Amino acid sequence: MVDNDNKLTADQLDVLKEIGNIGLGNAATSLAQMLNKRIDMSVPETKFVSLEEAMNLVGGLEEIVACATLRIEGDVPAQVLFVFNNDSALYLVDMLMGMEKGTTKQLDEMGESVVKEIANVLTGSFLNAIGTMTQLNMVPQVPMFAYDMLGAVLSTSLVAGGYIEENILMIETVLFEEYNYIKGHFFFITEEQSLNKLFNALGLTIN
Amino acid sequence: MQPAKALREIQVGIADYKVAAAPNKIITLGLGSCVGVTLYDPKIKVGGLLHIMLPDSTQFKNVNKPAKFADLGIPLILEELERKGAVKTRLQAKLAGGAQMFSGMDKKFILNIGQRNAEMTRKILKSLGIKILAEELGGNRGRTMILDLNSGVVTIRTIGSPIKEI
Repeated sequence: MVDNDNKLTADQLDVLKEIGNIGLGNAATSLAQMLNKRIDMSVPETKFVSLEEAMNLVGGLEEIVACATLRIEGDVPAQVLFVFNNDSALYLVDMLMGMEKGTTKQLDEMGESVVKEIANVLTGSFLNAIGTMTQLNMVPQVPMFAYDMLGAVLSTSLVAGGYIEENILMIETVLFEEYNYIKGHFFFITEEQSLNKLFNALGLTIN
Repeated sequence: MQPAKALREIQVGIADYKVAAAPNKIITLGLGSCVGVTLYDPKIKVGGLLHIMLPDSTQFKNVNKPAKFADLGIPLILEELERKGAVKTRLQAKLAGGAQMFSGMDKKFILNIGQRNAEMTRKILKSLGIKILAEELGGNRGRTMILDLNSGVVTIRTIGSPIKEI
């Protein structure tokens, strides 16, 4: 994680946004294949935010969210987080199970598996795209899952993943499926060293 | 006619603390593995709420926010309470949080951080000679904690359970 956002230039943030777009574009394609539906994914925003700002962007601190998080090992140690609000998580389950929207009323063990599997697929294709572009080796670990208050889930995921710094890189993601859109937030959390490796691999000089 | 005096609910963010007096309330939202510590002096109805994230600051090189850690945050809030006239021997501590929010098979994911936060919080309070009146720690649910400075009662909100007073 970077100590403050001044260390990255607007150009570097643009590069990260582009990496996010390419990675998540690939992820959207995988999800579309998995669901057999047309899925669009957009990256409206890439920026460094504090943990509290990140929470405010997702919703209220007591809002119920489903969160899957995966640590990434290899050349770029990092952690990814997928956070879906309750309605989006339930709808994802309906979509994946081929059920009518609104069928799933609560997130049970099956729902947990669905969210974890979606996170697995999205992370895998996200990392594949970046790996191809950079020749860096990034290996996702098994997903961890929580379904509870946003504040509790997000803070715990970072601490438990070993990230305690102030700022995190947030790549905001919105998934669209036809007219019923699912709002998900994607966070990519890493250290300054790892970001430098990414920039170096892309042939960008630092500072 | 005088309008009713608006009651303030003072919010404490993550890795932060607030101190206030009756008739206010102090609230912190969404404690997961974090631990919320309330300290209350019933005689002068002054109290505080601290929201810690990690047990031990000595494990880290950069400590930019002392309220993030149990070992630094508790002495800090105690100092501020004493400045406001609270007396240490009268202080009543109540603790909430320290849950294990995540499930899964990643062995490097630190699952017991909530437990470690809870243990360190108890240890620091004990070393300062502050008595713990009530605890709502552990489990696997997030909690919201509200300290009523009129009564010293702490209200705990959890998703899927009735509101609890400790």
